[in-house]
Amino acid sequence: MAEGVRPRVKAPRSAEAGEVVMIKTLISHKMESGQRKDSDGNQIPRSIINRFVCAFNGTNVIDVTMEPAISTNPYFEFEATVPEAGEFQFTWYDDDGSVYEDAKPVEVG
Amino acid sequence: MNFKTMTFVGVVAMALPAVGAAEPDDDTLILNGEIEMTTKAPAPAHLEDVMDTVMSGWHFRSDETQVMQADDFDNPGMMYAEQGREIWNTAEGSEDKSCASCHGTPDESMQKVRATYPKWNDEAEEVRTIQMQVNDCRENRMGAEPWAYDKEGALPMEALIASVGRGETVDVATDGPAEAMWEQGKELYYTRTGQLELGCVNCHEDSYGMMIRADHLSQGQINGFPVYRLKNARLTGAHSRFKGCIRDTRAETYSPGSPEFVALELYVASRGNGLSVEGPSVRN
Amino acid sequence: MNFSRRETMALGAGALAMTMLPVQAFAATGDDAIAEFTGGADVMDGGVTLTAPEIAENGNTVPISVEAEGATAIMVLAMGNPTPGVATFNFGELAGSQSASTRIRLAGTQDVVAIAKMADGSFAKASQNVKVTIGGCGG
Repeated sequence: MAEGVRPRVKAPRSAEAGEVVMIKTLISHKMESGQRKDSDGNQIPRSIINRFVCAFNGTNVIDVTMEPAISTNPYFEFEATVPEAGEFQFTWYDDDGSVYEDAKPVEVG
Repeated sequence: MNFKTMTFVGVVAMALPAVGAAEPDDDTLILNGEIEMTTKAPAPAHLEDVMDTVMSGWHFRSDETQVMQADDFDNPGMMYAEQGREIWNTAEGSEDKSCASCHGTPDESMQKVRATYPKWNDEAEEVRTIQMQVNDCRENRMGAEPWAYDKEGALPMEALIASVGRGETVDVATDGPAEAMWEQGKELYYTRTGQLELGCVNCHEDSYGMMIRADHLSQGQINGFPVYRLKNARLTGAHSRFKGCIRDTRAETYSPGSPEFVALELYVASRGNGLSVEGPSVRN
Repeated sequence: MNFSRRETMALGAGALAMTMLPVQAFAATGDDAIAEFTGGADVMDGGVTLTAPEIAENGNTVPISVEAEGATAIMVLAMGNPTPGVATFNFGELAGSQSASTRIRLAGTQDVVAIAKMADGSFAKASQNVKVTIGGCGG
């Protein structure tokens, strides 16, 4: 499902060097589990976001393998260390091959 | 009283012997650490002989659900409000106008709207809900297609308009030209219908605070609409919720946008006079 | 019970039989998932914290969080779901802590399990039973 999928990220705009900050991410996605049936009784095929990655200046922060049991509009909250000024990169990978991205710059000092 | 109803009520009550009345809690809702919301208030005058305090549905939900609403990022309903903001700023229709063309920023121009709707419109000589008013603007001032009730852009727009009014006190007029429709809504609220012979009153006035199977019954206030419901992970409008509730009592239900639901929305909104506008909220 | 299950699975009607079996049957695949993650190694209790509500407001959206100091990864399983996998959090070099929160779907009352893989190669486990209810007003 590539329509209407929107990522949202909450990350601080600035931090001290080496500070641990909280990051929240939300992406609007139906996460069709593959368990539901349509009105004719046919199984609706699975179509989910199967992986979420957060990196800072190219170094990995967290890499989440996602299964159909993650709720609609996947939400993640985690912590990251900010070693220096730079940018958080967020990437979501869809079963259908789509890739959704967002980025947040962070100042230090 | 219908014997069948008494049997049903008796069965429900007996199925949960240990769980009598689960009291709504005493927590305080502060949005984004800034706006303190009024979630309990003295009942408005027209309800004084049936209840002392009106309470937001927020109090009847689990701690985890309550916390979700307290932060605009955690609240998935706010995603829809953001969508609404994009629609607000997008020009549409033959006049190539957007909402912003006439109304500027919604945070100022729409701040008091949610708190006073549904409302009598003098020019059109009818009671209007927010969606009806938005559609009027779309058709007659933007030259755009009106939205189907609770569909297309209607709910994101209602979420936006509610969100900029959070914290304002609900104050819906029940007298003057709106009175006839208000009385109609009141009658609908108090009339038992359907196979289960239930009226809104039976659950939301007589039994709020009690458990119906595993659901914690609220007062059925709509100050939190439109609502992000956990059960289907999306935004629901008041009329759609009315329809669902009535269908669950196995009665013939009205349609979203129908005059009956406009009347009911007006009446139910007035039962929340004194509470803060909370929409978009998070509920079961 | 065992015989009829093998027989029906042999007939290729396994899917149908599984839907009629109690929830415990799905735990078999949950245990397989754990075995695959741990490579059969011993799993200690404690060392990983799983926070989940005792009673879920709605099984469709249940907030949970996991934490395991010193872990390289934490796998979360819903032992009673049709497929038990929920998520695996792999912590990178710039993870601020080995913790994460998310919202999950639970098909019914069941045990939610978190298995942490520690930096020294050992494994730790936490489990919590979450009650999932059916609402009274049409769910």
